[in-house]
Amino acid sequence: MSAPVLPAGLPRPIPHPDGLDRPYWEAALRHELVAQRCRDCRRWQWAPEWLCHRCHSFALDFETPPGPARVFSWQRVWHPVHPALAQGVPYVVLLVEHPEADAIRMIGNLAGDPRREVAIGARVRPVFEDHPEASPPFALVQWQLAD
Amino acid sequence: MERSIRGAVAIAGIGETTYYKRGQSPDPEFVLGLKAILAACADAGIDPRELDGFASYSNDRNSPDRLAAALGIRELKFSNMVWGGGGGGGSGAVANAAAAIAAGYADCVVVFRALAQGQFGRFGQSQFQGVVAGEAALWAPYGVLSAAQMFAMRTTRLLHEHGVPRETLRAVALASYHHAQQNPRAVMRGRPLDVEGYERSRWITEPFKLFDCCLENDGAAALVLVPAERARDLAQKPVYLLAAAQGSEYRAGAGCHNNPDYATASFKQSAPRLYAMAKLGPQDVDVVQSYENFTGGVVMSLIEHGFCSYESAGEVLRLDNLIAPKGGLPLNTSGGNLAECYMHGLELNVEAVRQIRGSSCNQVPGAEVALVSSGPMVSNATSMIAGAESLL
Repeated sequence: MSAPVLPAGLPRPIPHPDGLDRPYWEAALRHELVAQRCRDCRRWQWAPEWLCHRCHSFALDFETPPGPARVFSWQRVWHPVHPALAQGVPYVVLLVEHPEADAIRMIGNLAGDPRREVAIGARVRPVFEDHPEASPPFALVQWQLAD
Repeated sequence: MERSIRGAVAIAGIGETTYYKRGQSPDPEFVLGLKAILAACADAGIDPRELDGFASYSNDRNSPDRLAAALGIRELKFSNMVWGGGGGGGSGAVANAAAAIAAGYADCVVVFRALAQGQFGRFGQSQFQGVVAGEAALWAPYGVLSAAQMFAMRTTRLLHEHGVPRETLRAVALASYHHAQQNPRAVMRGRPLDVEGYERSRWITEPFKLFDCCLENDGAAALVLVPAERARDLAQKPVYLLAAAQGSEYRAGAGCHNNPDYATASFKQSAPRLYAMAKLGPQDVDVVQSYENFTGGVVMSLIEHGFCSYESAGEVLRLDNLIAPKGGLPLNTSGGNLAECYMHGLELNVEAVRQIRGSSCNQVPGAEVALVSSGPMVSNATSMIAGAESLL
């Protein structure tokens, strides 16, 4: 478990009532990172959708993407656009790529010093930020520099 | 039969309200919309009751049924909204209005956008409260809540992947502020910006500084479209629509920033179609109005519309080259979203008309062809080319 990167008061994620992303949020609570993988063509996709965009199969599973994750892009936010962030800047948002899982991308924050240098291509690993006090409880997937 | 809008429809009238800083409009948003529509009709010399169609974008709150009733429109024949893409729908709304006229659905269609951020909430502040579900749950909890934050990482990739110099962003911002100083409508008139002022400004989110970001305003703008033959009998010099196109590349709308080509304004596939319909190329364009949500998106738009390449961007996108009357690529000659008014980009379509008429505050001498690109980095983005009678 890692300490919260951002202050409390930001929107809290819940699984969509239609069930599409429920396995992702349940896995995060177990400290597992998963993404969608097609049972038929075995390719990866993100964000979750009901249909595989490559083979049009509706049989989509959630699995842990293989290989290292890398910084694809990033931003350091200085201007707070939400009341909860007034004391929470700067913070770093990462767009993380999974090169060995069809280059799917995920968004999270950089855990640790927000003023440190960030390089595109840097290896990162997921860390899980628990919010057991929330109703319902949730966990965010955050990222630590791996090297 | 060749299917094309080229030359079939003309923009006969343009209208704008006073442009206000957000929250300073004395009028509610609906009144702003009415005033801009009436002004566009007056400009064209058309009785507003002759309007029979409305086209807008970005879920404009002022619905055609209410507008038509308020204006005493005799018969409402066409009501149209561009889906998605925020300001990307601006030129698309003009395109839809023109298509309705060309197809015979309607005869006099007004394209409008009314926006009072003071009345309805700021685009630059998040209203998110409580819980979030669906695709937004994958970014909102991480503090990705504003448009600047949604587009900053694309711009970082533009600079990283293509080696485009950062100074091109600054040149785009300076050009808009330069033009706004001659524009009495511009909210930022009297607030000149130089290199030092830009560089000294605070970060909003890296790589965007304050002046890379659009304003937040209250106002409304409108354009009245009629069949080309009718425009010749009206009050103003007709400005003809030569082409329009919507752009949304392969999986551009893939969730959580998963569009495969990430550092794109969304015009790579649509710009060639646009030019083919206009029977023109980038070298024929006299003046460009390019939607500035953020300067990085303008740089992408200009490259994707062929005004420079990734390699030549640093050389072409210099302030002296971007300003009227002498620059080779006059850009955002009213001050646009950065310095005239964030009228959700429709002020750029209005300015393109002014340039062809010869009535801009920053007139490009002899301008006959104007290109407008709306809403870069969104799905769908749209663009259009307007021209003088000599082009037909």
